Amino acid sequence: MSTATIDLAHDHDHEHHGPPKGLKRWLFSTNHKDIGSMYLIFALTMLFAGGVSAMAIRLELFLPGLQLLDPDLYNNLVTNHALIMIFGAVMPAAAGLANWMIPLMIGAPDMALPRLNNLSFWILPAAATMLILSFIVPFFPGGGTQINTGWTIYPPLSVQVGMSMDFLIFALHMLGISSVLASINIIVTIFNMRAPDMKLTQMPIFVWTWLVTAFLLILVIPVLAGGVTMLLFDRHFGTSFFNAAGGGDPVLFQHLFWFFGHPEVYILILPSLGVLASVVPTFSRKPLFGYSSLVGAMIAIMIIGMVVWAHHQYTIGMSLGAVSYFMIGTIIISIPVGLMIFNYMATMWRGAMTFETPMLFAVGILLMFSFGGLTGIMLAVVPADMQYHDSMFVVAHFHYVLMPGAIFGLFAGVFYWLPKWTGHMYDEKLAKIFFWVNVISFNVTFFPQHFIGLAGMPRRIVDYHVMFTEFNVLSSIGAMVFGLSHLLFLYIIIKTVRGGKQAENKVWEGAKGLEWELSSPPPFHSWTTPPKLAAS
Amino acid sequence: MNNPVSDTVERRKRRTLFLLMGLAIGMFAFGFAMVPLYNLLCQVTGVQSVEQRAMIGTNAPLAAATAVTDRWVTVKFDTTIHPDLPWRLEPMQRKLRVRPGESYLVKFIAENRSGQEITGQAIPSVAPWQATGFFAKLECFCFNQQTLAGNEIAEMPLRFSVSPDLPADINSLTLSYSVMRVSDRS
Ligand code: HEM
Ligand SMILES: [Cu+2]
Repeated sequence: MSTATIDLAHDHDHEHHGPPKGLKRWLFSTNHKDIGSMYLIFALTMLFAGGVSAMAIRLELFLPGLQLLDPDLYNNLVTNHALIMIFGAVMPAAAGLANWMIPLMIGAPDMALPRLNNLSFWILPAAATMLILSFIVPFFPGGGTQINTGWTIYPPLSVQVGMSMDFLIFALHMLGISSVLASINIIVTIFNMRAPDMKLTQMPIFVWTWLVTAFLLILVIPVLAGGVTMLLFDRHFGTSFFNAAGGGDPVLFQHLFWFFGHPEVYILILPSLGVLASVVPTFSRKPLFGYSSLVGAMIAIMIIGMVVWAHHQYTIGMSLGAVSYFMIGTIIISIPVGLMIFNYMATMWRGAMTFETPMLFAVGILLMFSFGGLTGIMLAVVPADMQYHDSMFVVAHFHYVLMPGAIFGLFAGVFYWLPKWTGHMYDEKLAKIFFWVNVISFNVTFFPQHFIGLAGMPRRIVDYHVMFTEFNVLSSIGAMVFGLSHLLFLYIIIKTVRGGKQAENKVWEGAKGLEWELSSPPPFHSWTTPPKLAAS
Repeated sequence: MNNPVSDTVERRKRRTLFLLMGLAIGMFAFGFAMVPLYNLLCQVTGVQSVEQRAMIGTNAPLAAATAVTDRWVTVKFDTTIHPDLPWRLEPMQRKLRVRPGESYLVKFIAENRSGQEITGQAIPSVAPWQATGFFAKLECFCFNQQTLAGNEIAEMPLRFSVSPDLPADINSLTLSYSVMRVSDRS
């Protein structure tokens, strides 16, 4: 690892001129803004790819019976949808925000390890190709069976799937390497590149959320990598890590998976909650309420979040002692999560609020994410979960936490900082239309799923009982509108990049933070001389 | 660029980098360490030991008093063959009306549709799962691995009985066999 030494040389090369021209600017980029933009564009592309598979799923579920998809293809789509959205859309989008904003917010010229930054981005397109191949390989002669396991890839089924599973395992390895490298870079940047007089406890909350997220990623992604490596060995090298006949235990894989999987949900949500810490005070025109309790809550989430994973496995037949422990731990986590929400509500309390698009999304998160947290607590209760597990109720739960929680937070961040990035104001009227269409159709899609789930409709099954028809029709109609509404988002972005009213340095009158002291768009190298913090 | 200030920053950066790399590699190793640790933990704490699991019998004992009741229960049979195994396995009767407490014999026909000798193993399961504890197999080809010579056709017996304690709301149950290949593919 000679990255650090190379970086010294790099500083000589690029110190005082603009970006190189053409393709090279992007391929060899070591600039945090360019890399951030690439992350965001990549994530948006994947959002559409994952959206297409989601709409195919909902089309099939429009009516009972088999219309479009055969069962294997349906489950293949379910698997691919989840993995593309989690690893392709949400995580890279959050990494894009981190790349763009962290150096601006802490007064650094760039990320600490720019070449590593380039590497962690460019692994992604290769990994995404692998991921998509894992979906289409079975359609070629000799391609084996489809991945019908769901994103949790539990053995023994995942040991029996054809070679597409090997593509998937390889893709997961690459995605993991990419995000671990990106996390390392972020932590090194935060620890070593802050403006000289900025203490850790003076960093914006967004930077804090990413610090915690990056640590979580480094702690859990390698465990997933280990788990899928064992899976690969079981598939090809005759080991029996998970094969009961050979003395292994399939449940071990579940533990390894959820040791990663549960912290992963906080990885997805924390950066978005960090965006709120910038958006809510700006549009409430009040300082953020409870800085240190937010930081404390995050650290509590990180620590407790790593020891409650088996709430995804209540039904595997653990002892009473074990399930009680996991139940209590899971319910305890909702306290720091709730604390973060209450801090934001207290920030809004008696503020002079205005509702520009980022703020609309922020309020949407507070309402709907909390609702998802509530259903989470229902699921955390063991006797209840015995019934809810693997039903559409779980699907409704995690879409309520992930869509408003993670994705709306990213939307809020994009609208909030887009004028800073591009130098142009976005079209506020269109953006508001996008918000309302998006939020309403989201609720039409997922709210009914709570009821059909409670009534007994299982998830990951291509067909369903006719008694669930009406709510599924409703849900599918909502899903079509919801999916298509993102085209409007794309249009707004393209329009803003191309032109629009010139944005001032301080785009929002109530905004605070170093990023607003730079021009819009910021210069190619952000803070060539470290800024002085205003005494506050 | 080689002034002392940026030198120490570079040194600090490199130190953080190595520490974090170490952490990542350590966590990868931790994943593998879970394999022995997991069994150890389960044994020490008895969270769910292997012995405990062995006690959860899949073959329920016949109810002591073979009280024959007036109740009738439908037992259906179902088979699934793993794609790796070129076999056919069919029950001679697809379903049977039985009286709890009595024992019955059902024969299955197995056929090896390839030219080679192959060993397979049938794995039974009962649906709904609430009935599992009340379905006793007295004699079953699934107790052992079965070997069929190339193109051999064989009869495979199953003798079973449904316990009179079967919950009253269950009046139909399904016994499914998944048949797996045991011998290596050649
Ligand atoms: C108050 C906080 C929360 C609690 C108590 C909670 C509890 C649970 C429980 C018990 C399950 C397992 C349900 C089952 O499979 O039977 C579950 C599933 C899930 N939760 Fe949450 N949750 C919470 C917050 C979140 C957040 C913030 C996210 C993501 C941002 C999230 C994402 C998910 C996902 C993706 C699944 C489904 C995983 C799968 O089986 O594919 N949850 N939650
Ligand atoms: Cu969880």
